[in-house]
Amino acid sequence: MSSTSTSSQMGQLVADKHVRYILMAEKKKESFESVVMDHLRMNGAYWGLTTLDLLEKLGTVSEDEVVSWVMTCQHESGGFAGNTGHDPHILYTLSAVQILALFDKLNILDVGKVSSYVAGLQNEDGSFSGDIWGEIDTRFSYIAICCLSIFKCLDKINVEKAVDYIVSCKNLDGGFGCTPGAESHAGQIFCCVGALAITGNLHHVDKDLLGWWLCERQVKSGGLNGRPEKLPDVCYSWWVLSSLIMIDRVHWIDKAKLVKFILDCQDMDNGGISDRPDDAVDIFHTYFGVAGLSLLEYPGIKAIDPAYALPVDVINRIIFTK
Amino acid sequence: MDSDDTVPLSERPEWSDVVPLTQNDGSNPVVPIAYKEEFRETMDYFRAIYFSDERSPRALRLTEETLRLNSGNYTVWHFRRLVLEALNHDLYQELEFIERISEDNSKNYQLWHHRRWVAEKLGPDVAWRELDFTRRVLSLDAKHYHAWSHRQWTLQALGGWENELDYCHELLEADVFNNSAWNQRYYVITRSPSLGGLQAMRESEVSYTVKAILANPANESLWRYLKGLFKDDTESWISDPSVSSVCLRVLSRTDCFHGFALSTLLDLLCNGLRPTSEHRDSVKALASEEPDTDLANLLCTILGRVDPIRANYWAWRKSQITVAM
Ligand SMILES: [Zn+2]
Repeated sequence: MSSTSTSSQMGQLVADKHVRYILMAEKKKESFESVVMDHLRMNGAYWGLTTLDLLEKLGTVSEDEVVSWVMTCQHESGGFAGNTGHDPHILYTLSAVQILALFDKLNILDVGKVSSYVAGLQNEDGSFSGDIWGEIDTRFSYIAICCLSIFKCLDKINVEKAVDYIVSCKNLDGGFGCTPGAESHAGQIFCCVGALAITGNLHHVDKDLLGWWLCERQVKSGGLNGRPEKLPDVCYSWWVLSSLIMIDRVHWIDKAKLVKFILDCQDMDNGGISDRPDDAVDIFHTYFGVAGLSLLEYPGIKAIDPAYALPVDVINRIIFTK
Repeated sequence: MDSDDTVPLSERPEWSDVVPLTQNDGSNPVVPIAYKEEFRETMDYFRAIYFSDERSPRALRLTEETLRLNSGNYTVWHFRRLVLEALNHDLYQELEFIERISEDNSKNYQLWHHRRWVAEKLGPDVAWRELDFTRRVLSLDAKHYHAWSHRQWTLQALGGWENELDYCHELLEADVFNNSAWNQRYYVITRSPSLGGLQAMRESEVSYTVKAILANPANESLWRYLKGLFKDDTESWISDPSVSSVCLRVLSRTDCFHGFALSTLLDLLCNGLRPTSEHRDSVKALASEEPDTDLANLLCTILGRVDPIRANYWAWRKSQITVAM
């Protein structure tokens, strides 16, 4: 890990400052920004805590406090809300499960109940809704599959139909969108490729075609965009990179240039990472920046699993436990 | 609006019977307020009616005020739908409400999901209105992912395909680099019930795309679209003279980016196109390096030079050539 003495130089990861930034953001939860974000605090907690774990600093937060708060967000249906007193949604259910996995606390869950909630969101055509209101999106397919795989109960859903639906969202450029015919978008591609990877269905991906589209996302500055002609953005280092790794094509981009782009997005004084150099930092891009650097094997950061979006040691612990 | 939303809720007679419910998440003690009082107060009243499950006209108005302050709060949207259903509220008014909220921030999943819920209930009568609404949003941000998604849903579920190809053309006239508009064009030619499908549209679409390519050879979307027109029909793609000739016409120019023309030619060769002397001459004219005897090899070498950030990709393509031939 880079020490604070070198932190004034550009081109280094100021890990200690990012840790401090995340811990401060957690404490500032009465600020206006955090109140506006109040309903998705579960996502924020996942981003912050995973970043801390990747930087080997998860021990600096109170496990009991976090875990008991997470459990207050569980609804009687089995799903989790974005915060206490909100409605359950599949988005927050995965974040809750991921947080508990980080702390090795999956055993406190009633797995049958949570997995029934998730499985209950599958539709006739194989797609998944986000909650009882029925919005459909390939993001939700990924979340359901990721969640049930962590619980080792994918047999609760019709995997074949789920895969068929994802494949029906494949486009002429090899990418995937949110619904059939929707434009390819790196975030959606991560979800679709991730779901196919977890279920052992990557043979449905046209790897060379998609790999080329993904590596075309790298622009001159070294950063990656999420669609043609869009600006580069740190969060896409995660979505594009993880997809490239899952289809084994990551060597097609210029990794050194991407590392430099991410490092240039750091707030060198107060910590945190932004979407592009000189923009304001936030917890979302801090997580995606550090996770991207992890995929790029930057020294001092734990390895992250490209499909599950959790540290590799956490995933190994889950997979190798009965 | 009946209630005056400039007066704090706590001072309005309408709300005097409700005890606002402060958020208590049981962890850190509350530190002094650093956010807008109005926001907190509104959320506290919202929590109170949400937990008492009060589906009343004033509850509907309160969700409106809450969403004006924070349109990303999905719980408020959920509750609003329950209230709308309970009151059998006029859904055309609801469309207007959503349009007002979208003026501040339309990049939010909840708003679009809510819109779809309302439009689905109103049915085909609102197809034109949904197309018009998305058109207005797209006029501000032509790549707005939610708006495109809603527009595609509208076409599929409610109809209104008639003018969609013209609309795509209009957007591409404004910005030929708009990948979303190309994607929509593909959506229309492959799915519109009145156009006859990809086969029927291919010839006219190829000539449309070739014209656009000649004006903008550095446009990634166009080349991918051209290839997409021959989906599942590699034979026709290789034998269509328009495809290889647009490559040659671009390569013969000195004032433009050649990368996509070169890579398309490479793809054609790797899929069985027999190179002519014209192909060879136009590629060799661009080669500063020792001309390779194999044209595909030479193409990879040039591409690795003109597109150094993806040098590894082009090196891999080169390594695959003998395999492909
Ligand atoms: Zn971003």
